[in-house]
Amino acid sequence: MSLPKAEVRRLFKRRVTRIFLVITLIGLAIFPIAFTINSHANSPESRAAAQAQADQAYQQATVEFQRTLAECEAAKARGETGLDERYGPNCGADWGPRPEYYPAEQYLPYEFNFQDEFAPSLAVLSAILALVAFVVGASFVGAEWNSGGMMNLLLWRPRRIPVLLTKLGVLLGSMLGLTVVLGAAWTAAFWAIGRYDGNLGKLTSGVWQSLGLTGARGVTMVLLAATVGFCLASIGRHTAMALGVGIGAVVVSEIGLRIAFELLQVRYGDRYVLSTYLVAWFDKKLTITDWRACDFVQGPVACTPPEYVVTWQHASVLLATVLVLSVFGALWSIRRRDVA
Amino acid sequence: MPAVLEISGLEKTYRSRRRGARKALDGFDMVVESGQVHGFLGPNGSGKTTTLRTLLGLITPNGGQMTLLGQDVPAALPQVAGRVGAIVESPQFFPNFSAHDTLSLLADAGDVSKQRVTEVLELVGLRDRADERVRTYSLGMKQRLAVASALLKKPDLLILDEPANGLDPGGIREMRTLMRGLAESGMTVLLSSHILGEVQLICDSVTIISRGRRVAYGAVADVLAQHAGAGVTVRLESADDLSVAAEILIAAGARVTPDQDRLVVTNVEKPAWVTRTLAERGYYVSELAPVKVDLESVFLELTQTAPVAGQARQVDDSAVVAPAQGGWGV
Repeated sequence: MSLPKAEVRRLFKRRVTRIFLVITLIGLAIFPIAFTINSHANSPESRAAAQAQADQAYQQATVEFQRTLAECEAAKARGETGLDERYGPNCGADWGPRPEYYPAEQYLPYEFNFQDEFAPSLAVLSAILALVAFVVGASFVGAEWNSGGMMNLLLWRPRRIPVLLTKLGVLLGSMLGLTVVLGAAWTAAFWAIGRYDGNLGKLTSGVWQSLGLTGARGVTMVLLAATVGFCLASIGRHTAMALGVGIGAVVVSEIGLRIAFELLQVRYGDRYVLSTYLVAWFDKKLTITDWRACDFVQGPVACTPPEYVVTWQHASVLLATVLVLSVFGALWSIRRRDVA
Repeated sequence: MPAVLEISGLEKTYRSRRRGARKALDGFDMVVESGQVHGFLGPNGSGKTTTLRTLLGLITPNGGQMTLLGQDVPAALPQVAGRVGAIVESPQFFPNFSAHDTLSLLADAGDVSKQRVTEVLELVGLRDRADERVRTYSLGMKQRLAVASALLKKPDLLILDEPANGLDPGGIREMRTLMRGLAESGMTVLLSSHILGEVQLICDSVTIISRGRRVAYGAVADVLAQHAGAGVTVRLESADDLSVAAEILIAAGARVTPDQDRLVVTNVEKPAWVTRTLAERGYYVSELAPVKVDLESVFLELTQTAPVAGQARQVDDSAVVAPAQGGWGV
């Protein structure tokens, strides 16, 4: 157990790890603080005030509507033409305000709803932690290769693959622990906001199960990002290799391909874009609509645009392929290449 | 004495799409016996560091056999690594860790006690600077840290690649004393260095490598002796007679090189032959001494890397010898 212990110490002694941890904690703390400040639990008083505001708005709109209608009728009596274009058919008499257009909810202050809004917040948490895991993972092994630390370690432990896998295991274990702890704190913070400063909604066992699965998908994404960052940096023997590939993938996939597919009018072009699969993985599926199939320019038409559905199963195949290639590449590289 | 390190017929070829293949090691042999300080010498690019890296499992050889502490490597490297301390080429450490952290992490990885970290820091003179970041260290201090890391596991075999690089004169002397002390305590030291005066002072035996092949090996005294018996310096009673004396000796079959107020005479069997030959012609020798050689001159001669006026020697311009015959360095 001495090598894992040494590697855990090494990981948390590194400045990159410490700095990213602090920045991450501060960055993540901003979200619950912002929700706490903005969310207000609705009381009977606030609901009554909102209803009064809604009623007042409806009254004002009715007065304005009557004035416009009278103006149109007067113009019609004077024999003016082109009134349909200005006011609509029949002076717009059919489009008058209705009470249901002015629900009281629109005038209520923002109230956080845990049941509805917590799952999307998990996506934000996972995305931030995945980014941190990618950089920390890449730096953990990349800086070691670049500074000669890896060579020193191999002089002490001349088993290349076990050494690399131990480092990867320590990284994944640490990231798993960090994600679980932060996830628990995140859940507790938003539950408290819902309980004391908002609305919890109906938290049935099914809701908690669904949130648990969403969290598990988030943890998987964090660990995948850590592994890919680690393996790319190990293959290139430099942190910059992983960061370069990461930035390159974002630029090529998210910007270059999107522009190219738009210019070439590729049908369902988004299915070739990386982020589509990340979203599909997290949201279980992503529907891509071919809006070009219907000619909406000519006005409303009876056309249902065709859709292409990317499921989490599709996403898992792609992500598993990336994972296997990264790990295999890193193992092959450390086994075959000289340490110079 | 038993050998703690044996290399036979070691080969390593670096291949590059652009530059093709280059043989870094071409059937190299070496033997280091137990308890010795063994010098490992060679010009830049001759294959010293490649040999050490190959021995330590960092580079995969294309052929040959190696044993460390009686076990075949690289197969048995995990078993012997705990008994071999090594620094290879320039000292490389993570710059943001302190010396203490660096050694402490290695100690953790190698099941070495924390007490030993303090001991080696004291031994290499870094005790008072141990908590400073390595990035603030001079080359000499990094070198001391590298030696400390190699000594951490109390090895039976210590492999040091240019340990005196960047050390101040006091540091070089301390390093010399340390080497001797370690050897006296029973540790075998393999020392790769370009400071030939130091090697001559502290090493019991040497191996000289050129273009990936061994060109000389053995006890330092033996290697020097093999190249010292080749000539004598001659002074005459009158320096005006030197040119005539040179002609006489050349006519008798010797090779003569004038050197200021004396002649350097080679290709003679016995020094007495010079005295007798000149005396027979009426010239009397006032001083006759064997040509003194040091390791530097032997090294330059064997590797053919002595500077030549008006020529810029390239790194691969060194001696090429025929491949060695037989195994295990003999």
